[in-house]
Amino acid sequence: MKMSIKRKTLYGAVALLLFTCPCIPGNAADGPEMVELGSLTQYYEPVQFDHELHVGMIESNECAICHHHTLGTPVLDPVCQRCHASSGETDFVACRDCHPAKRFSAEYLAVLEEDINLFHLEKPGLQGAFHQNCLECHKEYGAPTGCQDCHVRSEKGDKFFYSGEYAPEPADNSSGH
Amino acid sequence: MKKIDRRKFLKGSLAGGVVAAATGTTKKAHSAYSFEGYPDSMGVLVDLTKCVGCRTCEAACNKEQGLPAPDKPFDDMSVYDEHRHGGLKRRTSEKAYTVVNRYDIPEKGEPVYRKFQCNHCNEPACLTSCFVNAYTKTKEGAVIYDPKVCVGCRTCMIACPFYVPAYSYSSPIDPVIKKCIMCYDTRLKFGKPPACVEACPREVMTFGKREDLIKIGNQKIRTTPDRYVNHIYGEHEVGGTAWMYLSSVPFDQVGFDTKLGTQPIISYVKDFLAIVPMVLCIWPALFTGFHLLAHRKNARQQDNQTVKSKKEEGHE
Ligand code: HEC
Ligand code: HEC
Ligand code: HEC
Ligand code: HEC
Ligand code: HEC
Repeated sequence: MKMSIKRKTLYGAVALLLFTCPCIPGNAADGPEMVELGSLTQYYEPVQFDHELHVGMIESNECAICHHHTLGTPVLDPVCQRCHASSGETDFVACRDCHPAKRFSAEYLAVLEEDINLFHLEKPGLQGAFHQNCLECHKEYGAPTGCQDCHVRSEKGDKFFYSGEYAPEPADNSSGH
Repeated sequence: MKKIDRRKFLKGSLAGGVVAAATGTTKKAHSAYSFEGYPDSMGVLVDLTKCVGCRTCEAACNKEQGLPAPDKPFDDMSVYDEHRHGGLKRRTSEKAYTVVNRYDIPEKGEPVYRKFQCNHCNEPACLTSCFVNAYTKTKEGAVIYDPKVCVGCRTCMIACPFYVPAYSYSSPIDPVIKKCIMCYDTRLKFGKPPACVEACPREVMTFGKREDLIKIGNQKIRTTPDRYVNHIYGEHEVGGTAWMYLSSVPFDQVGFDTKLGTQPIISYVKDFLAIVPMVLCIWPALFTGFHLLAHRKNARQQDNQTVKSKKEEGHE
């Protein structure tokens, strides 16, 4: 994905948006400031996603880096351009409205099966959508990628990973065999 | 974890085979297994290009299968620097039905991670080689086994082209084979995906009908050809497997045996056995011989690092 990240200050970002907003085709809003992403929480606490910070890092019409064509901004991914260059805004914008939480449940697989004309059979689930989108860019730009950088593990998570206070006793004999 | 050396226990297995075969004859012994795969069987497509090696799948497997506590926490990445003798990577065991290994590919800027577990063959060599019929290939695609039937002869360990079944030493009185069953008992048979698939944060694995997964795999390769080598590992290997893989680097660089061919490992043995069911008694020995011959040839070309030690052991 090609994009330019401009590390601007918050004020800079706001100022720029104020000036360029009227020129963005299709949308006038720059989205929420802070979003709590917590519909999946199980092993981690919810993610406090600083939307404003991220919007400040991109050009004002590059929302498709995360939102595809759903906001009516230009499609950036050449693979998607082939079909979606002029798709325009969609009814849904929130990731969880399109990316299912239970991607591989029998119910959802049945939905995929039923719609024989459905093109996007491989649409990722919500967890996949986040970690592919967020992590890919974070890897590229050296932003945080550690598993506890965006969300802190809950006690249930520590148990699941046998970590923290649930860590196994160190084995006396080497276990590399 | 005990180290199991397949070449070394060959002799033991032959002896054990005779004893076990005697037990086997008291059970109803099916004749040859002929089966081309269930049409609606499920599978998993593993996209190695997405894996970041977080080991969440290993933790999920441990929890779902009620396995014993690991030696190290599942968020401890030092396991990637562990090696067994001969520089071999970690592999599945009776305490871990799935493991992730790291491969440092010089031409690539970042390491490639590879999740590994039973591949659930369409025509499983473990099943065909088992003369007490402990194994079943379910219509959902899973290769499961009945621990109550297993006599612990270890023939399937040698038969498996992927070195998957492990031997439980935890219980000396009642040793049984242990391996991934695709979460059949708790999930697959209720239409749910295996625990590792559901847990993976990057959605490295896609669960679905095997035939759909092949379509998805081909579509991915077609739309982003610079991301993948043009091959779905497991589509045809050893007659096809339920678990299949996409990779950005040639498969032999990330621990896959690319010389297995497209024939089920045992098809030649099978035909013969259809005619002479009595041969069941010597099957383990027969099969072991065939398979080792095939395998040693492969191993020689496959892995320069380990060739030496394998050959030495083979000549013992
Ligand atoms: C770094 C990724 C990213 C970028 C870049 C980004 N957004 Fe968002 N946006 C999100 C996420 C994540 C949400 C939360 C969605 C959810 O609640 O599921 C969101 C939510 C929104 C929402 C609210 C959607 C709803 O229905 O709740 C709007 C509106 C929005 N963004 C507009 C924009 C605009 C306009 C831009 C470009 C100027 C933009 N976003 C750029 C990630 C991004
Ligand atoms: C070969 C044509 C084609 C390509 C390439 C393509 N799409 Fe689509 N897309 C479709 C079709 C057809 C639909 C209608 C729904 C369906 O069949 O899935 C659609 C629907 C969508 C929707 C839902 C829109 C809505 O109104 O709800 C989104 C979002 C979307 N595509 C994103 C993408 C993204 C992201 C890419 C690139 C990775 C992409 N598409 C590439 C054909 C394509
Ligand atoms: C209107 C429905 C819709 C919304 C809203 C939506 N997506 Fe998607 N998304 C799709 C579809 C359809 C695809 C399948 C495209 C493909 O992979 O060919 C897709 C694919 C993806 C992919 C994988 C392909 C790629 O482009 O890398 C990621 C990652 C992704 N979405 C992330 C997100 C995030 C993050 C959000 C919220 C900010 C979001 N999506 C909102 C429909 C949507
Ligand atoms: C376009 C690339 C890009 C995408 C996509 C992206 N990020 Fe970021 N993110 C960054 C960069 C760059 C930073 C570092 C900002 C800095 O240090 O100034 C960052 C920082 C962060 C931080 C730490 C900053 C803070 O608030 O203290 C969090 C948390 C975060 N991102 C979450 C997310 C989540 C969640 C998503 C997906 C919904 C996401 N990011 C998608 C580029 C991206
Ligand atoms: C760039 C930010 C980011 C990073 C880094 C990140 N995640 Fe997440 N993760 C998210 C977001 C966003 C969600 C969605 C939270 C929700 O909707 O509940 C999430 C949710 C999850 C969930 C499901 C929710 C839960 O509590 O169980 C798991 C599991 C998870 N992440 C695991 C990981 C692992 C393992 C890593 C390390 C490889 C990781 N994440 C790194 C952003 C991140």
